[in-house]
Amino acid sequence: MNWKFGDNINTDLITPGRYNITTDPRELAKACFIEYRPEFRRQVQPGDFVAAGHNFGCGSSRETAAVALKHSRLQAVIAKSFARIFFRNAINLGLLCIIGDTDSIEESDRLELNIPAQVLRNLTRDQTIPIEIPPMMLRLYREGGIINFLKKNGLSALADLEKF
Amino acid sequence: MPQTLAEKIFSNHCGRAVRAGDFILADLDLVMAHDTTCAWALEPFHQIAERVFDPKKIFIPFDHAFPSPSVAMSKLQNQIRKFADEQGIPVVYDGVCHQVMSERLINPGNLILGADSHSPTGGGLGALTIGVGSTDAAIAMATGKSWFRVPQTIRVTVSGDLPNGCYSKDVVLAVARVMGPGGANYRVIEYAGPTVEGFNVPARLTLTNMSAEMGAKAAVVAPDDQTRAYLEENDRLVDFEPLRSDPEASFERELCFDVSDLKPMIACPPDIDNDVPVEQVEREKIAVDQVFIGSCTNCRIEDLEVVHRMWKGKRVKEGLRAIVTPASRRVYLQALQRGYVEEFVNFGAVVSSPGCGPCLGRSGGVLYDDEVCVSTSNRNFEGRMGSPTAKIYLASPATAAASALTGIITDPRSHVV
Repeated sequence: MNWKFGDNINTDLITPGRYNITTDPRELAKACFIEYRPEFRRQVQPGDFVAAGHNFGCGSSRETAAVALKHSRLQAVIAKSFARIFFRNAINLGLLCIIGDTDSIEESDRLELNIPAQVLRNLTRDQTIPIEIPPMMLRLYREGGIINFLKKNGLSALADLEKF
Repeated sequence: MPQTLAEKIFSNHCGRAVRAGDFILADLDLVMAHDTTCAWALEPFHQIAERVFDPKKIFIPFDHAFPSPSVAMSKLQNQIRKFADEQGIPVVYDGVCHQVMSERLINPGNLILGADSHSPTGGGLGALTIGVGSTDAAIAMATGKSWFRVPQTIRVTVSGDLPNGCYSKDVVLAVARVMGPGGANYRVIEYAGPTVEGFNVPARLTLTNMSAEMGAKAAVVAPDDQTRAYLEENDRLVDFEPLRSDPEASFERELCFDVSDLKPMIACPPDIDNDVPVEQVEREKIAVDQVFIGSCTNCRIEDLEVVHRMWKGKRVKEGLRAIVTPASRRVYLQALQRGYVEEFVNFGAVVSSPGCGPCLGRSGGVLYDDEVCVSTSNRNFEGRMGSPTAKIYLASPATAAASALTGIITDPRSHVV
């Protein structure tokens, strides 16, 4: 399913400061939207999407928000726009974040993401939603995050990021 | 090529002249990670490195939950302390990271990475201080470098004399009302104009701090004689080159504010751009449960001076909890020396140890359901300071102090001495 959210979903709503006193990703996933959308952590299924409005992930720099979403095994987060630090954290972790208009998406719609073609299809409504996946996001998603990329290619590979 | 102040600082840290939009790998002057974000940086760090690039260029303060309020937090702090010991980095227990860095470490023209969203604060000293997450901090601790897309700059020009009862916090809330929570996303905000030039560095730090709430990557004020005076006051004899945006530099957007007729402002929950004059909220007679004077936004000695003048010889409204958390050990000592702490305790307030205090709802004043807090901090998100149904109103220290006197949200203008 698609978990719909509005604008300015901040990191305190994703992983509230009182619940994220751990470095265990599974524990963090259990805290995901714990107060704002309590059923999320129990009902989220591998392959689900989060579909949000503008400025998703604003607020704190705490990487727990991106970690919790990644370990909820979402297919991707789709939003009209993302806050800067959250987006950077998502790039680094390999959490796929896609920029697109989410207005027409309903929670029960069947979505099909074609990454090579950079196309999101809403099969329920027979619509194609134009999306944007910045090249660095896509590359590091495929690498499994920046740490895996640097482990494989060495720290000097930081200089290669701009070539993506 | 005419450049903005931000483009100049990035150029100086990557060895070539860059402009907005360029992708760069830059050398960092300092990397900061605190008792919360450093914990998450350890695992990625150990995956890619054994030693930090330079222990003298890494700053690890414990401020978000210090002294530790729980076993879970003590566990994280223990892990960080072990890492710091191994790497030869002192752990610093002297107050909020951004305040301590401003007092001791940030120099004009620096490029600094901080694993904390309020890192733009340090731009009040004419540096670029940029917030990131823990993985970026780990890479920076290992390499001394970070990647950036050189950002566009939004220039905010402020002119006019501030009316009585208004402070830089009221100015930045007025800016936030226009900018909104994402209005400066990926951008640098450069504050300029006669009013900003007249502000001392502590007042400027409030502007740059709150810029994080508008999404800014960094915020900056061109360094000048005020900066020099601040460095001297903090026993730092640092000389710096003049550094400002070129007259022909290209700004993405320019906003002008005349603050001559500004009224004390308050950000109503749950968004930072939900700003109205305090007088309007006062009419609703909203009962206040807690007043928090603290955080990296507003708990410097200049802020406490305002509060002290308003509270001297008076008593807190019965039943209201007033919490004062000096931003740093230095501010705490100044408040002690000036006799403020004794006055605050006589007033009926709790004066807690320097740090983030109850701002992030972890300890030292966590709110219960439906409680109302007037706070001098920077975030009024749902659940930020405790229960998701608690209401956080953000305002200047004067508005917070006035509300502690009356027990309702109060315009400070008739109380400011």
